Amino acid sequence: MSEQLLAVSPSPHIHTELTVPQIMKGVIIAMLPAFALSIYNFGITSLYVTVLSVSFCVAAEYLITRYLLKKSASIQDGSAIITGMLLAFNVPSNLPWYIILIGSLVSIGIGKMSFGGLGNNPFNPALVGRVFLLLSFPVQMTSWPVAKATLSFDAVTSATPLGLLKEGIRAGDSMDTIMQTMPTYSDFFFGFQSGSLGEMSACALLLGLGYMLYRKIITWHIPVTMLATVLIMTGIFWLIDPNRFANPLFHVLTGGVMLGAVFMATDYVTSPVSHRGMIVFALGIGVLTVLIRLFGSYPEGVSFAILIMNAFVPMINTYIKQPRYGVQKEGKPRKEPTPIKAN
Amino acid sequence: MSTQNKLKTFNIGGVHPDDHKISARIPITTLPLPKTVIIPVAQHIGTPATIVVQRGDSVKVGQVLAKHQGFVSSNIHSSVSGRVGIIEEVMDSSGFKHTAISIKVKGDDWEETIDRSDNLVEDISLEGKEIVTRIMEAGVVGMGGAAFPSHVKLSVPEGKHVDYLLINGVECEPYLTSDHRIMLEKPREIIVGIKILMKALGVKNAIIGIEDNKRDAVENFSDLLQHETGIEVQPLEVQYPQGGEKQLIQALLNREVPSGGLPSDVGVIVHNVGTTFAIYEAVQKNKPLVERVVTVTGKSVKQPGNFLVRIGTPVIDVLIAAGGVPEDTGKIVSGGPMMGKAIADLDVPVAKGTSGILLIPKAEALRAEIYNCLHCGKCIEACPMGLEPYHLLLMTKKGNYDKAKHEHIMDCIECGSCSFVCPSNRPILDYIRLGKTEIRKPKKA
Amino acid sequence: MNPVIFYTIISLVGIGIIAAIVLYFVSKKFYVQEDSRINAVEQVLPNTNCGGCGQPGCHAFAQAVVKAGDLSSLHCPVGGNDVMKQVAEILGVKAVEKDPYIAVVRCSGSFEYRKKTNVYDGADSCKVAAYLYSGDTGCAYGCLGMGDCVQVCDFEAMYMDEKTGLPVVIEDKCTACNACVKECPKGILELWPKGKKNQRVYIACLNEEKGSTARKECAVACSGCSKCFEACRYDAITMANSLAHIDPEKCKLCMECVDTCDVHNIITANVTPEKIQAANEQRLKREERARKKKEEEKLAAKQQGDEHTEQA
Repeated sequence: MSEQLLAVSPSPHIHTELTVPQIMKGVIIAMLPAFALSIYNFGITSLYVTVLSVSFCVAAEYLITRYLLKKSASIQDGSAIITGMLLAFNVPSNLPWYIILIGSLVSIGIGKMSFGGLGNNPFNPALVGRVFLLLSFPVQMTSWPVAKATLSFDAVTSATPLGLLKEGIRAGDSMDTIMQTMPTYSDFFFGFQSGSLGEMSACALLLGLGYMLYRKIITWHIPVTMLATVLIMTGIFWLIDPNRFANPLFHVLTGGVMLGAVFMATDYVTSPVSHRGMIVFALGIGVLTVLIRLFGSYPEGVSFAILIMNAFVPMINTYIKQPRYGVQKEGKPRKEPTPIKAN
Repeated sequence: MSTQNKLKTFNIGGVHPDDHKISARIPITTLPLPKTVIIPVAQHIGTPATIVVQRGDSVKVGQVLAKHQGFVSSNIHSSVSGRVGIIEEVMDSSGFKHTAISIKVKGDDWEETIDRSDNLVEDISLEGKEIVTRIMEAGVVGMGGAAFPSHVKLSVPEGKHVDYLLINGVECEPYLTSDHRIMLEKPREIIVGIKILMKALGVKNAIIGIEDNKRDAVENFSDLLQHETGIEVQPLEVQYPQGGEKQLIQALLNREVPSGGLPSDVGVIVHNVGTTFAIYEAVQKNKPLVERVVTVTGKSVKQPGNFLVRIGTPVIDVLIAAGGVPEDTGKIVSGGPMMGKAIADLDVPVAKGTSGILLIPKAEALRAEIYNCLHCGKCIEACPMGLEPYHLLLMTKKGNYDKAKHEHIMDCIECGSCSFVCPSNRPILDYIRLGKTEIRKPKKA
Repeated sequence: MNPVIFYTIISLVGIGIIAAIVLYFVSKKFYVQEDSRINAVEQVLPNTNCGGCGQPGCHAFAQAVVKAGDLSSLHCPVGGNDVMKQVAEILGVKAVEKDPYIAVVRCSGSFEYRKKTNVYDGADSCKVAAYLYSGDTGCAYGCLGMGDCVQVCDFEAMYMDEKTGLPVVIEDKCTACNACVKECPKGILELWPKGKKNQRVYIACLNEEKGSTARKECAVACSGCSKCFEACRYDAITMANSLAHIDPEKCKLCMECVDTCDVHNIITANVTPEKIQAANEQRLKREERARKKKEEEKLAAKQQGDEHTEQA
């Protein structure tokens, strides 16, 4: 025997390879299709916004942990990169740098670090930043450059399809007239519409979703339930009065529903822990999104819906649990524990 | 048996570690006799046995060294012939010192009553109660790892009706292959063992549950069982921890043992295949439990294999037979990688519950950096008992044991799935075990 | 005046009045009569809610004291005799003096003396390591060194010495609240009387193995050689399981045992080396005297014997 000492620890002695840095890498990879498409659509501005947002977020996290909390920096887990990318995905591509800086500071500083860093934040940090910006800079946050205006910083701006819809309904136009001003569904699907950086293409986002499901980073419960809820609810309203309400496919393919369902609502930290809880959570987001879109004053409601449901997560975790082995609902009287036996 | 249908498995939780069954194709070989053996008197769950020999006594193989104390206890037999040496506290695979008897080996002299031939004895001459007594005298315990005395399991409490005997050939722990090899090499003996158990329990149905990664064993048994009634073999989808008693019952019969209850509460008794073989030998051959099959395995082990080892043989002797300890060994585990105990001392003896010795290379030996809990819910997804491991960790860490008890911490089977899947490398099971230990402790007045 | 402002003021004032009335009646109806002395006692207590007295907190202690009406069984270790005197004044009973205590670390097995035999890689908690196995050194009785005791200390009175791997109690800050004693799975920490002039002497080892085994496990382990036991004039040292123990109740702090230990594991606090040396010299002298006396006696006996033979 050589002089080296053997390690001793409680079991298990093996561990899955899917650790936090691996998961974060996986999520970043899953975001790449949508990111690539945004560069194709908006050109260099999109890259510019994303790079700024990511570097601001990482820098903010580094500075806060290092100098404010005086702990070892926690940026190597990659979560700040994801927050930065998601923040960029949620803003228009022509946003000035100082607004991005403010958004990043709010996301990391208020949304995440003030609660104790990764794992302790009740609200999705990127959405906290986004909603903060939306309320503070409403004009800049809702002037969307038109897609495919590549390689130009001063692109023409226009409203999003959802914005057009809301304006059209306010003006009293019929649904057919409104729809004629819109791009086609295939344009929606492949992402040739105006909107935030990352939310345009359902196709690219679904690719990302597929990858994350394949890597077992997330489960199907949140995205599928949320999309199904939006489809069904808007479908019901559409059936009631097709003249006042747009059809469900339009609602699912436009705005932030896809982005929200794939990347925002599935955030581990701010979603429930059990599968049943996840379904309830996603259901709530779907319902709130549709209500805000159809009856609220904002054209889009995904961010608000997710933030509101984030607040319910602790309650969902307390009251909605997955089935337990050998425990009836009313709870059986307990006896002495049985000896365990494996193999 | 229809292979088209989806295979059965348990339906709450579960994980899929890589199985690394390196030694699955290597036949069982008998380990040469060691120079000395160290036989602990507490190799089973329950009261330690009382020593009945003294230093200097000559003993034969199969002679009783220590008698069982009370019902939940087990006899300890000498696994070698020779002279009894010092009796003192020795480090065993539990990580603590316990009383053990050392024996200097001299020749290989067996008790005359033991039938050492390889002949298959099929006629079961003993009756129900006698079988249980014989098993108790032979010191047979559960060989899957927990080492619960087998005769206790066979004594079904009054008022409970058992209608199924399940034979656990799952071997869901990665790396281990000892049960697999026994099933391939001694299937006829195991079938006789099952009949003995069925006779003792008075049940008409028995199912052998085997995971689908041991297809050869499944096919072997289904050929042999073609003309048998009441015994069937059932392939199961590969999923850890299917070998847990409760999980196996759910997988095969879709019954759930109530929280805090025993399998007999739902009319089931589960025995491991290794135990079944030991019971065959005890009842038909009058051979007490003096040797067992131990898998020696690991990624860098030179000659991994399955060895028939006398109880009490120091681990180092077994490792030498497998080509010695590789240079890069960082951790040695007695048992499987998910539930086994890490050992630091190579003089630790092989006990009745030692199913394998796993050598983990340095690169994989140490745990990785711990991050904050992300509330990803992966531990909940993995827990086969449907508990909330991340939450139990928080409670026990804060010393909030009463709340943890209320959240069914005692249902935990310590399978390790939660710690295995945790992306933040949190020591979930470490703290859950601590909670269970603290709750089990008698309250100070 | 603008009617909007007028109505706003009126309605707000109205709501305020209604709420005040409701609050008044509710507080009257649900008022809990509590002995005013409880509050007074609580005021003088340290209010650290450490639980050192055995009660769940300072308020509970105050309640218990007032209910019991005497101080024989209740004592606040953190506040000590001063606080208890004040409590006694409030209750109008006699104060019970108790010697102040302090936590002592009864293990000297630093890295230097106690070699690691394996690397512990489990959760960073002594309690987890303690249920897992006997420890990462040969000694199954010694400190595990992960600092559970430091974690539970509410008074920042402990820290882990990185050089030795052992916890250190800061004398001025320790309140003898018992938290670390309860936490340590190996029972290394023990409450010890602070002693006259803060002087204490104790044996920092709990190893119950036989001498040779114990020394193999740790270079400063108590081997049970009984030298200190023989040196003690007050029967304050007892030997059990090849381990010496000083009974603080009987110990007169003469310090004569200190230098008998061949591994210097009889630990003193606030004792000058001069005093130890003096005590040691005194002991040697006494032993010398005893030896001489014995020799003289022997000689006398011999002489007597000689006389006898002469006579015969």
